[in-house]
Amino acid sequence: MTNIEQLIDGVLKGDRRFIAKTITLIENDLPESQRLVSLLYPNTGKAHIMGITGPPGSGKSTLIQKLVEELRRRRKTVGVVAVDPSSPFTGGAFLGDRVRMQELSTDEGVFIRSMATRGSVGALAKATKDAVKVLDASGKDVVVVETVGAGQSEVEIVKVAHTIVVVLAPGLGDDIQAIKAGIMEIGDIFVVNKADRENVNKAMIDIEAMLNMNPEREKWKPPVVKTTAITGEGITELLDKIDQHRKYLEAGAIDTRRRRRVETELVEAIKEKVAEAIVDDLKKKGELDKLVQKILEKETDPYSAAGLLLAKRLKRFKTG
Amino acid sequence: MSFGKRIRVVVAKPGLDSHDRGAKIVARAFRDAGMEVIYTGLRQTPEQIVETALQEDVDVIALSILSGAHLTLFPKIMELLKRKGLDDVLVFAGGIIPKEDVPNLKKIGIAEVFGSGTRTDTLVKFIRENMRKRK
Repeated sequence: MTNIEQLIDGVLKGDRRFIAKTITLIENDLPESQRLVSLLYPNTGKAHIMGITGPPGSGKSTLIQKLVEELRRRRKTVGVVAVDPSSPFTGGAFLGDRVRMQELSTDEGVFIRSMATRGSVGALAKATKDAVKVLDASGKDVVVVETVGAGQSEVEIVKVAHTIVVVLAPGLGDDIQAIKAGIMEIGDIFVVNKADRENVNKAMIDIEAMLNMNPEREKWKPPVVKTTAITGEGITELLDKIDQHRKYLEAGAIDTRRRRRVETELVEAIKEKVAEAIVDDLKKKGELDKLVQKILEKETDPYSAAGLLLAKRLKRFKTG
Repeated sequence: MSFGKRIRVVVAKPGLDSHDRGAKIVARAFRDAGMEVIYTGLRQTPEQIVETALQEDVDVIALSILSGAHLTLFPKIMELLKRKGLDDVLVFAGGIIPKEDVPNLKKIGIAEVFGSGTRTDTLVKFIRENMRKRK
């Protein structure tokens, strides 16, 4: 097996085989994966990261195929991470996003990776944000992240992408759906795809009305774009809007977003490390089973037990 | 359910076949056996299949072919795999392939050829056993 330095070197040179191997290592959460990400970290932050989300069947994969083609015409190199769900029963997954992106697979300026959620919720896999970092460090100008078909509350993508495109289709729901919180709040750009179908204008109006009622949090007002991904109609306009959003971010808003993202990432890393340390310690001393038993017998409850554990450790931390 | 390393398989349709019922059933069986299956869709060139295997860093390539073009397409796929350093990937085939062609396909590195009527659990077992041999 190749060592970490070779992998890093390969990724930075944009070598496709090394990029693929590195993502696998991160996905499998091997001990060396954290060090890998740390070493790549200084080389990240250059790519524009687009998140494409929306309900299943709204046409995300087909739209990405056309978007990437247009990006290539504009001489941009592109990485794609396409996430599909893992089975909660067998852990297996059927990753079918490439079927809609066939024409891109032999283009040397494009790298596509399919990824299964492996038990994560929020429409992304745990390894997605680090896979994005690998593609970013490998020199791709743009990285596109396709989420699992997302219904209402799967909004993890806000922690990963700079520009979020919410893809909808006519007939998926009325203005009541458009008022709901969650996914309808995270879009920087809204797309009504399958515009060759009936009720397109109704869908456009519902979304626009919803957007008009949004409190003004930012100067950016999310536009609504009509597309027919299968024929390529509306794609140029969509990419122009994405580009406008990128420019808007670069004019200042990106600092706030970046700050917010780094903060969430740090908080999550702390949670993970701290929890891991405490749980490992409990397991080593055989105390975890005892605690579980106590909770089963209703002597205590999970929150009190966790609170007590933390209090004990914090005391030791302060005095030590 | 624990999610550690998973066997990654690409199910590929080389050539000009017009349907993929069999390939989809096989893909579904691998999924239900806990593997991560990347499906390419119809009408793939050898270049597309090999590039997909490379980017997806798969352990296994399952080729499905009905058109009779296996003697033209398979050698190309095997050669490309070698050239790109992917000769550690387990490759096997299924579909409509005459028995007399099988020895020639094995010679170029196709690990096994399965005909119609093969049970899907035979395929799953084949992958598991041959993956182990490689490690």
